[in-house]
Amino acid sequence: MKIKPLQIIAHIILLLGVLLMVVPIWISFASSTHDSVTILTEGMKFNLGDQLSRNYNEVLNEKGGWSEEVTAGKMFINSFIMAFGIATLKVVISAMSAYALVYFRFKLAVPIFWLIFITLLVPLEVRIFPSYKVVSDLGLTNSYTGLVLPLVASATATFFFRQFYKTIPDELLESAKLDGASTWRFFIDFLVPLSKTMIAAMFIFMFVYGYSQYLWPLIMTTSEEYWTVVMGMKIIFTESYEGVAIPRTAERFAYIILSMIPPVLVVVFLQKWFIKGLIQTEK
Amino acid sequence: MSFLELKKVTKIYPNGTKAVQTTSLNIEKGEFMVFVGPSGCGKSTLLRMVAGLEDITTGDIELDKKIINKIDPSERDVAMVFQNYALYPHMNVYNNLAYGLKNRGLAKDVIEKKVNAAAKLLQISDYLERRPALLSGGQRQRVAMGRAIVRSPKIFLFDEPLSNLDAKLRIQMRLEIKKLQRKVGVTSIFVTHDQVEAMTLADRLAVINNGIIEQLGTPIEIYNNPTSVFVAGFIGSPQMNFIEGELKNNKFKTQAFEITGIKSDFDGKVILGVRPEHLVQANNGLIKFNVDLVEKLGSDNLVYGEIKDKKDLLCYRTPGNEKINSGSKLALNIQENKLYIFNKKTGKRII
Ligand SMILES: Nc1ncnc2c1ncn2[C@@H]1O[C@H](COP(=O)(O)OP(=O)(O)OP(=O)(O)O)[C@@H](O)[C@H]1O
Ligand SMILES: [Mg+2]
Repeated sequence: MKIKPLQIIAHIILLLGVLLMVVPIWISFASSTHDSVTILTEGMKFNLGDQLSRNYNEVLNEKGGWSEEVTAGKMFINSFIMAFGIATLKVVISAMSAYALVYFRFKLAVPIFWLIFITLLVPLEVRIFPSYKVVSDLGLTNSYTGLVLPLVASATATFFFRQFYKTIPDELLESAKLDGASTWRFFIDFLVPLSKTMIAAMFIFMFVYGYSQYLWPLIMTTSEEYWTVVMGMKIIFTESYEGVAIPRTAERFAYIILSMIPPVLVVVFLQKWFIKGLIQTEK
Repeated sequence: MSFLELKKVTKIYPNGTKAVQTTSLNIEKGEFMVFVGPSGCGKSTLLRMVAGLEDITTGDIELDKKIINKIDPSERDVAMVFQNYALYPHMNVYNNLAYGLKNRGLAKDVIEKKVNAAAKLLQISDYLERRPALLSGGQRQRVAMGRAIVRSPKIFLFDEPLSNLDAKLRIQMRLEIKKLQRKVGVTSIFVTHDQVEAMTLADRLAVINNGIIEQLGTPIEIYNNPTSVFVAGFIGSPQMNFIEGELKNNKFKTQAFEITGIKSDFDGKVILGVRPEHLVQANNGLIKFNVDLVEKLGSDNLVYGEIKDKKDLLCYRTPGNEKINSGSKLALNIQENKLYIFNKKTGKRII
């Protein structure tokens, strides 16, 4: 096989892209294996140090926060619950509302669709005060429900599901109907399996979206019990260390590395579905 | 009382298209009924109303002594084979067949028995584990049939199921569908715009035009006694020849020739119809004919040309062993009692 110059250029560009992505992560990781003092005096590191287990152990188990109650581990759990809840509910609700929009041919389907679409213009950050008011009136501050609920509607996902459902031939529905499938069964037995890849993709996007929420959990939670990873990044390990004011840089790097793991896991896990759906053309 | 009755059924689509005009039709149990007609005449619409996939605008449909107008398709117990098969792409063949049975809540072993029996009947037992995407057109067709058969429905509906197959396979499947229907004995309605398919499959044929059943009868009845120009032209291949002229005092007259002794008092413009296979050569034949083109089919020759002095195109069918060259001149007679005369204005048969 002859290697064309164009291919070489393409590979160089790809490699540069990979470097651009990977190097900062590597620096963070390498730095997280040193002593904070080393980093403070010598700058960030490219090589591995010998403090890996100590730093990570500390990050996971040390109690932080103002009241010294919340650990990083707890924050990971909170973030996971929040991201998982948001992603799951977003996917379920969007898929179902798209189903209603496409298959229940009621007169208002199109205006309602556009109404949903318009909500893209008002993200949570814009309506954060009214949202807070509603949630606090419902008594949901400092609860997982409060963290998740205001974020579960998704115009984007509804749009994608709607476009996908529209490509499914009508005969499939008709055939299923004649085979005795109820409205609900058609959704479960046909649309869900047919949109597996779409569901996986949406889940990944929405998981990352939920995981990286910052402002909402910050406003929503007063109890450290509900702190999330992203909030923690700002707050944790900023205080002085055993009375001596040395910034705990190494621990913070360890924390950052750990905070990347859950989204990466989700992508890696769902990627299998992704690719499966891509190579197995269904029609 | 018939098994399936359409009583003054009409269909007007929401956009105002009048797809089916007042139509009444009775279909007996076990009968193979074929709807045939040109594209857009409303065949599919009629079929889909029986299936419950379209609402009925007015009228009633009665199946097995029950009015089914308002019954959901899922509860009508009818099975349909679609033109593009509409197989379930994410299920293997076995589950494609089993799905309808599962929805009926049958036990697993019963389902297995039925699916295997249907698969055997249709010779698809070897593909049960495959997804539809991995099957050939003919195999998909069989799976679609199997999905209909396995449920033993009250009625089979076919909407041009053979039109996606190549010519040879189409003929083979046509035979198989007919055999299968005989064997299973299920009342069937088959929609097609292919008149050969219609003739060969039907116990009874409904020729539909513009949302109206123009004629209803056995294929032979319709072939022998078409009641209108439309039906006469639609049924039979090659098409019936039409020659315009005038009828007066029992005499049909064109510039080219005259036919006397026609038993009708009609006076006015008419169309004479004669099938290619009902023309014979005779030394001093009535119709003088210049041959343009001969299509040799082997068993038959189809001879095309113009009538002398009249420029009307004509087709004449002879056995394949007869030698006719293009450019030759023939004289043809019409076999006795094999001519049809239609009122030009209404298109209705006069004699
Ligand atoms: N959903 C619809 N809305 C409006 N008009 C329709 C609809 N479906 C069909 N029609 C019209 O109704 C008429 C009959 O359509 P139908 O599909 O029954 O024809 P057909 O005989 O099955 O034709 P073909 O042989 O091409 O399948 C056509 O004029 C068609 O344009
Ligand atoms: Mg049709």
